[in-house]
Amino acid sequence: MRPALHAEWTKLRTVTSPLWLLLGMIAATVALSAGATSVVTCASAGCGDMTKLSLIGVLLGQALVAILAVLVIAGEYGTGMIRTTLAATPHRATVLAAKAVTLTGIVAAAGTIAVLGSLAAGRLLLPGHAFTTTRGHPPLSLTDWPTLRAAFGSILYLTLIALLSLGVATIVRDSATSIGIVLGLLYLVPVLSQMIGNPHWQRLLQRIGPMSAGLAVQATTDIRSLPIGPWAGLGVTAGWAAAALLAGGLLLRMRDT
Amino acid sequence: MTPTVTPYRSGRGAGRDGFVQLLHAEWTKFRTVLGWVTGVVVAALMVVLFALLAGVSSDQKGSPPVPVGPGGEPVTDSFYFVHQPLAGDGSITVSVSALRSSVPKRPGDLRPGIVPWAKAGIVIKESTRQGSPYAAIMVTSSHGVRMQDSYVNDTAGLPGPVSAESVRRLRLDRSGDAITGYASADGMHWTKVGTVHVSGLGPTAQGGLFVASPPSVDGMGTRGSVSTAVFGDLRIQGRWAGGNWTGGQVGPESPSFSGYPKNTSGSFTESDGRLTVTGAGDIAPAVRDTLPTGGTLGELLTGTFAALIVVIVVGALFITTEYRKNLIHVTLAAGPRRSRVLVAKATVLGGVTFVAGLAGAAVAVPLGERLARANGVYVFPVTSSTELRVELGIAALLATASVLALAVGTIFRHSAGAVTTVIVAIVLPYILIAIPFIPASVSNWLARVTPGAAFAVQQTLVQYRQVASNYTPYNGYYPLAPWAGFAVLAGYAVASLAAAAVLLRRRDA
Repeated sequence: MRPALHAEWTKLRTVTSPLWLLLGMIAATVALSAGATSVVTCASAGCGDMTKLSLIGVLLGQALVAILAVLVIAGEYGTGMIRTTLAATPHRATVLAAKAVTLTGIVAAAGTIAVLGSLAAGRLLLPGHAFTTTRGHPPLSLTDWPTLRAAFGSILYLTLIALLSLGVATIVRDSATSIGIVLGLLYLVPVLSQMIGNPHWQRLLQRIGPMSAGLAVQATTDIRSLPIGPWAGLGVTAGWAAAALLAGGLLLRMRDT
Repeated sequence: MTPTVTPYRSGRGAGRDGFVQLLHAEWTKFRTVLGWVTGVVVAALMVVLFALLAGVSSDQKGSPPVPVGPGGEPVTDSFYFVHQPLAGDGSITVSVSALRSSVPKRPGDLRPGIVPWAKAGIVIKESTRQGSPYAAIMVTSSHGVRMQDSYVNDTAGLPGPVSAESVRRLRLDRSGDAITGYASADGMHWTKVGTVHVSGLGPTAQGGLFVASPPSVDGMGTRGSVSTAVFGDLRIQGRWAGGNWTGGQVGPESPSFSGYPKNTSGSFTESDGRLTVTGAGDIAPAVRDTLPTGGTLGELLTGTFAALIVVIVVGALFITTEYRKNLIHVTLAAGPRRSRVLVAKATVLGGVTFVAGLAGAAVAVPLGERLARANGVYVFPVTSSTELRVELGIAALLATASVLALAVGTIFRHSAGAVTTVIVAIVLPYILIAIPFIPASVSNWLARVTPGAAFAVQQTLVQYRQVASNYTPYNGYYPLAPWAGFAVLAGYAVASLAAAAVLLRRRDA
């Protein structure tokens, strides 16, 4: 495992695109979060979930994480590098595991910066828009358990999206198609659930969508009214990631390259 | 003597490199890649499939029917009416000395508030049936005296609010099917506000006083309000039935009326010639906020989002695959004028996705409407020309999005980045505008400047000046006209194509 990990780390480190994608992810996440928190207004008391709003950039950041994760394997298929990789490490499950581990590491690290940056932006900007302690909105703080859960959960969410994308790309082996499938899975469910007239189906859809369920972890208020609880929702995303990785791993073993 | 050697010359004519040949080459490339053809077919099927789902999943069988006005549009026709029959011509005059509204801060916690379009005045109406024709003159909280008829027409009269110091006198004359409204500030000098012809009033109409109080618009939602007006100097002339005035709520149970705030109800009391009337509701066209159960064509066409992702992937692959497989060298050798190659690609791709999108939408719209209506869902009505515009618009949206993906793919030479950029640019704004707390100004801005503006082609709802509501993209009201919204996306596509053409010429392949 160690040589495989080392090989994967070298591949990521010596190409510039992963670094740019991670920097872009951090910048996009913080920028969208800061943008959203700087335009909201609070007219009356109890304006809603400001932690969730401060972390809204994750909606955009996850797209860049998905590109990075898809390229980790589909890029190798595109260039033919995968043959060298599999020749060097014939045990294919090890290859996929090594890719998953390195990806988890770098996405978790960059995700931590992105999430903390977003929360810092929210902490700085929100009091200027009438979200003040007197109106029931104390400044965002990580010592507050729900906010800490939201922050930690968002980092986990980003790594799970990376693993889901890696799994899908291993199945599909083409970067454009994989990214289409991943972004479709993520973005379509919230759009579709608005269309469904039946509230029961609507909640069901929000409970099984990898994004709508997983981002429940960002909620800090009104937890009871959510379609799914914070950790259970993240569990759904983890289920999607595990299923994609498992299917990808099996196909990788069964197929020629 | 050296023999003359004639060099070999092919009998074939020189190859042509006209635009038609380029188009033919690109069309051949497109139609022979199974994945791309499948993708475009899947995109069309997605549009149909989601329309089916939207139609089947909604179930409102047994809900009360939506009241419909004389023009066929859905209306709110729920208000407190103090009336008696008017068999023929006649007139009615009244003064209004107060109009006060209350809005609940929380359920049951009623506070005085301002409801700009709270109405109190006189109405002559065919019957108390919802949606029946009428003409009315009224004072409003913030928009002065108005004369309104047929739910959609609105004429301004005397400006300024009403109070004990500035009493407004109103008068309505019926002569046949012509109804004339007058207003006066002092009871001496009357100004005519307007004359309207109301067809279908019938020989015996209902006339009298009314109070309506539409929901108060608050952030993203609305809250039901209630208003009370004080009337005086009520005089009637002409063929009135005489006798007592009957008070009652018109349309108490209606999908377009959310009811009275908790612990309040409509009422009317009389003492020393002063009538105090309390009412809620509105006499106005229904909008999304007042008719939340109504469906729109845009909702039936949600499959556009799924189709969009597919055509974006196909569009990006149409060029990035050439780079990956090095086919681009052959393509550019065959067509050395590179911009024309790009235009040929865009034409083929745009044409194919347009046809597929149009086929999908043309099946999805009638099918979805039929299924939704069979399940008791009220679908906001559209004219057949609007329906055609929505279908053409969706097809154009898909075609332009795929061309944008092609252009971005040419710039990046890399499919993953191109696909993500285009999907995020079109779909993310749509997700952002659905978030609560984002002010209407920001979501309108997003629906104006991002490529997501193109969803305005789905617009079928009409904004009314005389109805306060959340006219936001989330509710189906786009800030740009349908083709203007589409032009924004087209602008992005043309700009990207131009940038791609420049890069394609400057770079080696």
